[in-house]
Amino acid sequence: MMGAILGQGGVELTDAGTVSAVLFYVFALLTGGAALAVVFSRNIVRTAVALLFTLAGVAGLYFLLSAEFLAAVQLVVYAGGTLILIVFGVMLTSKSQFARFEPKLGEVIVAMSVGVILLFALILGIFHTTFASNALSLDEYPVAKLGQVLLGDYLVPFELISVLLLVVMIGAAYLAKGRRRDEPRTEKPTLSRAARQWS
Amino acid sequence: MLMVSSLLAATSIVEPLILEQLGLERNALWVTAYMVVLAAMFLGVISLIAMFCIWWERKVAGHMQARIGPNRVGPIGILQSLADGMKLLLKEDLTPGVADHFLYRLAPYLAFAPVFAAFIALPFGPNLTVEPRLNVGVFWILAMLSVEVMGVILAGWASNNKWAIYGAMREACQMVSYEIPLGISIIVGVMTAGTLNMVMLGHIQGGGIHTWLIYRNPFVFLAFFVFFVASLASNKRAPFDLPESESELVAGFHTEYSGLRWSFFFFAEYGAMFIVGGIQAALFLGGWHDPFGLLGWWYQKALANYTIDPTGMNVASLLLLNVIGVGIFVTKALGIIFVQMWLRWTLPRPRIDQVLYACVKVLLPMACVLLLGAAVWQWLIPERPGIPWKDYQPWDLADWFRAGYGAAGVTQLVLTLVGIGMFSAVVGWVMYAAATGRNNKQRLTEPAPLDRVPDNLVKA
Repeated sequence: MMGAILGQGGVELTDAGTVSAVLFYVFALLTGGAALAVVFSRNIVRTAVALLFTLAGVAGLYFLLSAEFLAAVQLVVYAGGTLILIVFGVMLTSKSQFARFEPKLGEVIVAMSVGVILLFALILGIFHTTFASNALSLDEYPVAKLGQVLLGDYLVPFELISVLLLVVMIGAAYLAKGRRRDEPRTEKPTLSRAARQWS
Repeated sequence: MLMVSSLLAATSIVEPLILEQLGLERNALWVTAYMVVLAAMFLGVISLIAMFCIWWERKVAGHMQARIGPNRVGPIGILQSLADGMKLLLKEDLTPGVADHFLYRLAPYLAFAPVFAAFIALPFGPNLTVEPRLNVGVFWILAMLSVEVMGVILAGWASNNKWAIYGAMREACQMVSYEIPLGISIIVGVMTAGTLNMVMLGHIQGGGIHTWLIYRNPFVFLAFFVFFVASLASNKRAPFDLPESESELVAGFHTEYSGLRWSFFFFAEYGAMFIVGGIQAALFLGGWHDPFGLLGWWYQKALANYTIDPTGMNVASLLLLNVIGVGIFVTKALGIIFVQMWLRWTLPRPRIDQVLYACVKVLLPMACVLLLGAAVWQWLIPERPGIPWKDYQPWDLADWFRAGYGAAGVTQLVLTLVGIGMFSAVVGWVMYAAATGRNNKQRLTEPAPLDRVPDNLVKA
């Protein structure tokens, strides 16, 4: 139905395979290269920028898999929201302009071993899964379907996740507030009455 | 990289025609070349929009401040932006010695590329969307607008200048506060429409002014205004232009930029203004449709004819219809942009904490109430589903009652009357101001009388 209404839309490729293969490698390279930059850059803000490219590359891969909703969510939540909060946090907390990571040897070893274990687990998982060759038919309207499934069959997990997020938010607010209360007041305001009125 | 993902989706009704004329086959090379050409074309369109808006903004500002504005380059100064562009191209491209050079150079592109990519989802006409099959169109544009912020923050940070960092930090905390009311007010509209696809959004509003989404129920009507205020903050437009408040922070996040890199931020800003205007036109104000539903009616007929016989007159009819649609859509978007300019030159700038207060404590609860209200409203008084002229006759009120949507129809008509009343009051106001402005201007230029003669002129 959608195709009929939207009329003459979309370039239908005769050799769609080649184009999507090329694009897959472009996005994969972008994701991988930017991820390496995340690991090896010492400058926190540069790391965040590299992470932006990683996330955008992953969003591109989602697009290639026709998971457009997931791609858009990836961009809104991670690239648009989380990353900006990270940079904002760095701006507020760092003492020098270009804060640098100086990891200790122990931290490097722990992080590397966790990474290697994760990599092996993922590879094992991939080899032990049998993938359906042609999993989805895309003639339905996938976003509406996704919404119905999320708020229908998977309503309880969906709500649980939102409760979890709420708990995290309240916890963060509590921590931020509690620390401020403990701070001893060092100096009294010595403003004139007029200045106090306008400050 | 964002450009690549936008190129992914290049499409048009013209493309098969070109292929046929050239006698070529569609292969990977052709598609790539075609995408590059299309991207270049869109780059041109965005630049043109930005240049026109910059000239227009200066004209509007001039008339609001009882002066004339640019009037030297070309007739009524219309080529001013072109002259400015030449100047900016020739200026020295400075990078501060203590800046983070890589990020400093990257930031303008990071601000501009998402705006460029957002254009692929804008429905200029029934068949003139770059990617009509993008089922998450509205969401995609929202994503691009939020990625654009990253470029602005990086510009401020990488400049290593205290004014620029203040601008960047203001942008970051402003973004955190406006984005949620912006998203929720979009959801109110989308909930009424039942789709995120921008082209589909256009089609369901084709039955005349009372089928536009803004008039579907009172909550969408109010959500439009919430969205408008939040979108001002999103575009860094006054009164929410805290990131570049030129009276306190020199120029905010782009203090250190010069030349072409500086102009990229302006292309991004005016491009984003057009996109936000485009969302409001497409999501609330009927997209490319006229207020009488003529274009929707014509499109259904033209499409039926085209499906039977895709040659000659039928193609011409469809093309003409699209061209008219583009005209109407762009007019609506420019109307929204005019209101943005009007507010910019009217309102003073609040402090950053007042902006956060307005977004988080006023707009956000309002948007949440509207979301709940719209949900309850749809449960009690269901909207009429389907596409006007195809599934139902929009102007036949008796048919609405027969189909069991009488209450919805009456609501829409009443809201439409309210909307038309408000709109004509505003237009009348602007017309009155424009008509009387000339007299006021002459009055202002009269020499002011002196209260008393200055001491140094008094003869002893």
